[in-house]
Amino acid sequence: MDAYTIVWSDMMMLRRRFAKYLLTTLLSPLLYLMAFGYGLGRGISVNGTSYLEFVVPGIIALTAMTTSFNGAGTRLNTDRLFFKSFDECLMAPISPISLLTGKAMIGVYRGLVSSIAFLLVAMLIAPRLDISLLFALSLIFTCLLFSFLGVFAALLAGTHEDMATFSSLILLPMTFLGGTFFSLSQVPIALKTALYLLPLTHCSICLRAAALGDSFPWASLLAMAGFLLLFSLGSMAALKRLSV
Amino acid sequence: MNSAVEIIALTKEYSGKRVIDGLSLQVQEGEVFGFLGPNGAGKSTAIRILTTLTKPTAGRAMINGFDVVKEPYRVKSLFGVVQQHLSLNRELTVKENLDFHARLHHLSKSERCRRIDELLDFVDMSEQADQLIDKISGGMKRRTMIARALIHRPKLLFLDEPTVGLDAQSRRRVWDLIRGMNSEGSTVFLTTHYIDEAEALCHRAGIIHQGRSMAIGSPEELRRRLGTIAVESKQEGRTSYRYFPDREAASRFVLETKAAADGVVIRQSSLEDVFIELTGRRVAEE
Repeated sequence: MDAYTIVWSDMMMLRRRFAKYLLTTLLSPLLYLMAFGYGLGRGISVNGTSYLEFVVPGIIALTAMTTSFNGAGTRLNTDRLFFKSFDECLMAPISPISLLTGKAMIGVYRGLVSSIAFLLVAMLIAPRLDISLLFALSLIFTCLLFSFLGVFAALLAGTHEDMATFSSLILLPMTFLGGTFFSLSQVPIALKTALYLLPLTHCSICLRAAALGDSFPWASLLAMAGFLLLFSLGSMAALKRLSV
Repeated sequence: MNSAVEIIALTKEYSGKRVIDGLSLQVQEGEVFGFLGPNGAGKSTAIRILTTLTKPTAGRAMINGFDVVKEPYRVKSLFGVVQQHLSLNRELTVKENLDFHARLHHLSKSERCRRIDELLDFVDMSEQADQLIDKISGGMKRRTMIARALIHRPKLLFLDEPTVGLDAQSRRRVWDLIRGMNSEGSTVFLTTHYIDEAEALCHRAGIIHQGRSMAIGSPEELRRRLGTIAVESKQEGRTSYRYFPDREAASRFVLETKAAADGVVIRQSSLEDVFIELTGRRVAEE
């Protein structure tokens, strides 16, 4: 219930500028779709699938990652360091778990809104995508784990620049290397092993397998659960560190 | 009378630097207590400890008998805070900000509606209820923060520089609100840079310097300890101050020292004089 209260305040804010939010959040994935799907990938097929259909689940993973991370992390960073309104939550009689869950759910909510909006547009272009329960599960897991990563980063950050640095060093490389725009079967084994260390790789693999009707990579879903656990425990430790 | 706040030998260190050094004080229920000190004296750190945001290095702090470290959840429902900086959600309306805080404090829907209406009326902001925080004046923002701090009927209110940056009218309005809160039974723990504010509002004041308590008492008591009459004499562009228990002693001093009449002022001492003597700084210089 307390977690919902925290999400409620964000929903009230988002309600006022929903159209603007949708427009800005959809711009980047649509540009990726045009550049990679229509531009670069026209006429290319990957493992027997058109590149356009191949790349859409990757862009969904990417959209979910960016909007969830920013929705939870950047907002929390601003509330904590600039507006100082996070102190109000810390002084309220709610448990740390509810507080962190609430802050992360803001990212999940925003991530789902953006991903679903992009998916609706993408379905017009690639109507053969299979939107199954496994797809929904993978999408929710993606939003959850990157929301908690955002919360973790925001609680660790000492300045706004720290947050920007984190995005540049962690999120940006993942954007292009996390199995979003290419198949991991095409890269050398050493690089492939390294790419499996990126959470977005597993998100892309799961979303793509579910959307294209391939056999579902349960090991990747397990890896996502592992990352989720890691980031949520990290957030809890970072929150405790704040009151020292 | 019970203690609303009890601090016993409180110490806080950051990276080996002692910010609070064995601070002890008590605030009784129903009091307006002024917590005065220069910048860096440890006031904000003490408030952060009392409001559960920071843990002490040593010592104890209790609110209504509950230890802030051992029972933080119990303590959190007992106090309300008006922070120095604007900590409202700027993208929400006045009413939504109050509603959010009421939800965080687990008020039922009917209680929330009733309390929000009552408090908007109390701070005279019913007409601004649906305005975004960004669209209202600084004084109104401060009043919204006061209403927010009161939403769950706390027994104790921490007001950290509640009138900083406000014009004279808004400042007086906030003073009235503080008196109103106190007359309705809330204990008020107030930090302020404006000594006249402490003098006007506080039953007792505590002066803190370099993390230590320098003096605690009513403004009248503190003035008496220093001397109720002050003699200001100007010499070579500098003003020196002497304090005396009564006007006769002050006049005798002036006659004996043959100070030039135009360079001497004999006046009632103030809480600011006490503050300066104890901390060695002028508040206005900070």
